[in-house]
Amino acid sequence: MDHLAVPFIGTKRMYSLRLLASKNARLFEATYDLFDPVVRALAPLWRGIGYERVEKPFAVVEKLTKGVLFDCQMCGRCILSSTGMSCPMNCPKNIRNGPCGGVLSNGNCEIDPDMRCVWVDAWEGSKKMKCGDKINTVQPPVDHRIQGTSAWLRHIRERPVARHSETDAKAKGAAKA
Amino acid sequence: MMIPGPEYRDLPPGHSSPGRLERALRAGRFVVTAELNPPDSANPEDVYERAKVLSEVCDAINATDASGAHCHMSSMAICALLTRAGYNPVLQISCRDRNRIAIQGDVLGAAAMGVSNILCLSGDGVQTGDHPEAKPVFDLDSMSLLEIIRTMRDDRRFMSGRKLTSSPNVFLGAAANPFAPPFDWRPLRLAKKIVAGAQFVQTQYCFDVPLLCSYMEKVRDMGLDKKCFIIVGIGPLASAKTGRWIRSNVPGVHIPDAVLDRLEGAKDEKKEGRQICIDLIQEVQEIEGVSGIHVMAYRQEKFVSEIISASGVLKYETLVREPAAHADKEA
Repeated sequence: MDHLAVPFIGTKRMYSLRLLASKNARLFEATYDLFDPVVRALAPLWRGIGYERVEKPFAVVEKLTKGVLFDCQMCGRCILSSTGMSCPMNCPKNIRNGPCGGVLSNGNCEIDPDMRCVWVDAWEGSKKMKCGDKINTVQPPVDHRIQGTSAWLRHIRERPVARHSETDAKAKGAAKA
Repeated sequence: MMIPGPEYRDLPPGHSSPGRLERALRAGRFVVTAELNPPDSANPEDVYERAKVLSEVCDAINATDASGAHCHMSSMAICALLTRAGYNPVLQISCRDRNRIAIQGDVLGAAAMGVSNILCLSGDGVQTGDHPEAKPVFDLDSMSLLEIIRTMRDDRRFMSGRKLTSSPNVFLGAAANPFAPPFDWRPLRLAKKIVAGAQFVQTQYCFDVPLLCSYMEKVRDMGLDKKCFIIVGIGPLASAKTGRWIRSNVPGVHIPDAVLDRLEGAKDEKKEGRQICIDLIQEVQEIEGVSGIHVMAYRQEKFVSEIISASGVLKYETLVREPAAHADKEA
């Protein structure tokens, strides 16, 4: 498991791996759709062991897997399914509703011109996904207190309907209007 | 009770703010807004002399917020100076330098001073400015900022849920950039900003009218021009060299070769740059769904009045859209 050690994450190899994520967005979406119900169904188990006890193992697994695949920055509120599998925390401005107006003509970032704009990839990835229109949902700002915690565990603990209903309803309302 | 500035009047029905910009837009007029380049000075006269030349032809004046991450007199201060003298400013809020606590406080203060218009921006990165070593904030982005201010205005509460005793009656705007990639998503991004609360947008510099037309076609197809007032950014280029510099150094601005060639071929490049600006204004005015122009004349503010007058927009009698039901016909 040496290749999954922390120093690996954040290197140039990391960047090229993360670019593959939005290119294979549909595959990741399908994988997620497969695993999510299973992990969710085990909620009584996690509750039984104790959410505080499973927090650390969840966070470690999440960091290692999502860290490698998506360059996950462990913001605690994962919105990869709404950003075409392109992590918005890799945007130097941490924009949760991107892109900004400064995207270069070649699709690169205005702050780091050698880096592809995270949100250009987000859009490309969303086009490939079944639920790609989630990118049109207005995302709330980050809660900085939950940085470093497991988004997966939070997702299991919270009811998914309540989390998205407000912004989804607004988007639907705008579409109808 | 002192009511700040002539801008403050009773809120007309169907309006979010008592301000002149919203009145003019809802009455169906073609508006003109302009950017005031903030001074590097603590002298208020430097603000007033710039505002004076712009106000001759503008429905509102934008007070920029350290644009390009270059330090200047702040937008809030410029709005304070302008409102007390009876001008109609647009407060620009960038998310680069302030967190959600400071921003919500500023919104209340601005409304209390008589500011009727707020432009919500994500903000340029610190590396482009004169203090690249500074710590960037980016606690919010332009969309969450729009939502938060709309919540303060319509639901009368802070983002935290704490109630406000009186709400800020502001007309909310955002930036739009039809000239930067990803092109096919820009109209959807405008739709998203409208859902978040944008009532008007001001675009980045337009030098490519066909590109603007294709954007506006998609915008009209989605019905977005009916939900949001679109004000197109225009500005005079001083020379072909300036144009090339902007192309390489200002992200998001697209200048076609044809424009640079036209400048290069001219005897007086500065004059030609102003003529190109006039021509662009006249073309943009004809595009269905466009509600006005936003003039950004860096170091050429004294020519704004001349450009606007020469373009003929002030004489433009035709309404560009149906006036809203309760619109102020006198606007």
